[in-house]
Amino acid sequence: MLHIVNKSPFSSQALDSCVQVAPGGDLLLIEDGVYAASSGTVADNFMRDIMKRFRVFALGPDLEARGLADRLIDGITPVDYAGFVDLVARNKTCQSWL
Amino acid sequence: MSEEPGIKKFMFVNRKAPYGTVYALEALEVVLITAAFDQDVSLAFLDDGVFQLRKGQQTKGIETKNFSPTYRALEGYDIEKLYVEKEALAARGLTEDDLLVDVTVLDRKALGVLMDEQDVILSF
Amino acid sequence: MKFGILVNEGPYQHQASDTAYLFCKAVLAQGHEIFRVFFYHDGVNNASRLTEPPQDDRNIVARWSKLAEEHGVDLVVCVAAALRRGIKDENLAPGFRISGLGQLVEAGIQADRLVTFGD
Repeated sequence: MLHIVNKSPFSSQALDSCVQVAPGGDLLLIEDGVYAASSGTVADNFMRDIMKRFRVFALGPDLEARGLADRLIDGITPVDYAGFVDLVARNKTCQSWL
Repeated sequence: MSEEPGIKKFMFVNRKAPYGTVYALEALEVVLITAAFDQDVSLAFLDDGVFQLRKGQQTKGIETKNFSPTYRALEGYDIEKLYVEKEALAARGLTEDDLLVDVTVLDRKALGVLMDEQDVILSF
Repeated sequence: MKFGILVNEGPYQHQASDTAYLFCKAVLAQGHEIFRVFFYHDGVNNASRLTEPPQDDRNIVARWSKLAEEHGVDLVVCVAAALRRGIKDENLAPGFRISGLGQLVEAGIQADRLVTFGD
């Protein structure tokens, strides 16, 4: 299953709730959710922990818009909108953690 | 997928408190409509969503409709699968007795397993 | 594959509507089908033809209309949510139609995937 998170980990519990509830699967960070994909933050270790159970992706255009493209945590895969569509297509269901 | 052909498993995931925003009310409106489509419907209340089911809501003072009695009416629409996150209740100082309707309390892991079994997840 | 899309936020206030639009374009570019885009909550404001963004900004409403015109995408605005927010047939942008919540449920049943964009 694909989990989509669009909130910054510094202002919302969405990512935390998502990874505590979901057993694993694909996790896509979009919009303000991409702040969790940035290295060197206080959420860095949390994110690396998440990556042990989830395949983590981040929407490239959202990273670039926020000036984060060169700070992506190693192992997180940037995707474009076409990649977003592929992720939805190859998972039976998706859930947006609004 | 559901066992019966043509029937999908719909889960409504509620993670927001009522009144502060309109999401809880308008989510409930979708649930009521979905009941007419003979699908396999369940509701999950996570995080602040558990506040939607709090007993004793009095909305006169904010001049807003109290929609909480509708949760009790869901049974009449054959919507009987209401799941509440155990950890969210505990974190908010609530127990099952504080809720206005009968629910099944599940821990996060069990909720996650249930979500994986759905065909359609609508989150509000 | 058939995609259903749910948009829960209005234009310009939240990125949800932009992301949903760019996602829809990618869906079509890859040869998939969009069964329906359903606008709910403040998302109904995406359908107001009275919006007038500054010249140097994207025109979110017109973009949706163009998607409907060029690709026949079904843009449905929830009637109850729309009436609450002053969206009616007389100020509806081209390509949108107002209908009931059953249209969202139908999208969930008929589409292979339903993706929600919101806050």
